[in-house]
Amino acid sequence: MKAWLPALLRLALLVLLVAFIASPGWFEPLLRPLTENGAPAIYNQGSLLTLTLLHLRTVLVATVAATIVAVALAILVTRPAGAEFLPLSRSLVNIGQSFPPVAVLALAVPAVGFGEKPTLIALFLYGLLPIFENALTALTTLPGNVMEAARGAGMTGWQRLVKVELPLSAPVILGGIRLSVVIGLATATIGSTVAAKTLGEVIIAGLISNNLAFVLQGGLIVAALAVLIYDGLSAIERYAARRMGRETA
Amino acid sequence: MIEIEGITKRYDETTVVDNVSLVIEPRTIAVIVGTSGSGKTTLLRMINRLVEPTSGVIKLDGADNRSVPDYQLRRSIGYAIQGHGLFPHRTVAQNIATVPLLLGWDKDRIKARVDELMTLYQLDPQAYGPRYPHELSGGQQQRVGVARALAAEPNVLLMDEPFGALDPIIRTKAQEDLLAIQKRFGTTIILVTHDMEEAVHMGDKIAVMDAGKVLQYAKPAEILARPANGFVETLVGSSERPFRLLSLGRVRDAVEPGGAEGEAIPGDASQRDALAELLWAGRPALPVKDGDGKLIGRITVEGLVKRARPA
Repeated sequence: MKAWLPALLRLALLVLLVAFIASPGWFEPLLRPLTENGAPAIYNQGSLLTLTLLHLRTVLVATVAATIVAVALAILVTRPAGAEFLPLSRSLVNIGQSFPPVAVLALAVPAVGFGEKPTLIALFLYGLLPIFENALTALTTLPGNVMEAARGAGMTGWQRLVKVELPLSAPVILGGIRLSVVIGLATATIGSTVAAKTLGEVIIAGLISNNLAFVLQGGLIVAALAVLIYDGLSAIERYAARRMGRETA
Repeated sequence: MIEIEGITKRYDETTVVDNVSLVIEPRTIAVIVGTSGSGKTTLLRMINRLVEPTSGVIKLDGADNRSVPDYQLRRSIGYAIQGHGLFPHRTVAQNIATVPLLLGWDKDRIKARVDELMTLYQLDPQAYGPRYPHELSGGQQQRVGVARALAAEPNVLLMDEPFGALDPIIRTKAQEDLLAIQKRFGTTIILVTHDMEEAVHMGDKIAVMDAGKVLQYAKPAEILARPANGFVETLVGSSERPFRLLSLGRVRDAVEPGGAEGEAIPGDASQRDALAELLWAGRPALPVKDGDGKLIGRITVEGLVKRARPA
């Protein structure tokens, strides 16, 4: 009985989310009490569906770019030839993380203009660290006798990386991507302050016009997306780890 | 044939392997035995160049092992290690197919070889081939590890404490399996262990190492009968010595004419086991049977006791 309860809850959340994005009108009576002076209860300056898709696209593009760069960097510094760059790359990635996203936006706008670009830059820099850290941990803690066997079998450095190291690191790297995606989903809302088309637009519109219904619906969609995507990636991670006989907590 | 000529390995100031020379005859098992830190594993790893020597040459069938790129050399040499090191993300069949795949064998040949090895190791290819290593028992994992090392039909197999992680009953079985497979394929095996019992049981020749040097390299009987110095003698263990010497001989070589009462002992059992049987049965003699169950004579306590001392 208990095993399918979480799955059922997630399914209900997904149905609710899709229904709300596709046909927000149905939920108008629920949000109406949160508005004042006859203000609209449902965001009316654009389609919620389009904004959600654009929001997801922004996060996807930034995460894919961050994954490629972070994993490549982690591979580079775990090779014998790149070992001396390890401290440097660590501090570089840490700097990316310690910049507040708003500051990145403020600095990026003069350089690349308003719109999606500064948001992508901020999300990219923000996504690097968790993926890099996890990839580094995974690649430096591979089981010694497995690596010994790979060398002893006559695999070249490249073959060891592609056939053994990366597959074995996949679950942990995936964990980093998951963190990065969730941070990105939340941070992308700030992008709307520099005119990126994201769900932040709804929240900001609500804040400007003192409309609690707008703030709530923007926030809830982002939260529901984050929860569902987090769970989905966790499931993939568990599957990958289980195949290797490793249990994740 | 493997010729190790004046091999030395130094890490900074520490000499791990010190001017070692050994010749290992083809189709034999050489066991390198020593305490931990004696340099035995380093010596083994220099044969397939997982470690590069500071000086000296290792020749395989007359060719310097540095004459081909290291990864190519390793594909031609089997390598089995303690804790087997199976790839956890690959199935049993994929694990065994590792080296043939690297060598670019075609699919049918790989499948035939994997099936052959799995059958040889009493693992049903249909049932176990698609499983992942963590679904197997320790003994099965060890067998897959050796099967993987043998997959590309190497002439030489290097083994680093391959039975170290097994419990005693499975270990004995694994040792018997290895001996049978060595006979079948005629592989030259170099096995590293710290267990003198295993060395005496498995080795055609034993090299005893301490502090990077080979103290004695000889047949097991020679090592037991005439240890080169105090260290070898300690390692042999004076209280075990007569029994180890007996364990080298087969019952059929100690058969005396005549009959005896009691359960017959097979002729290919070790003399040590026969003595144990005799002592436990409380009889001075027991009959001996050959492979077909035919009685061929008897074995006596008196006869075995004589053989428990070097001639």
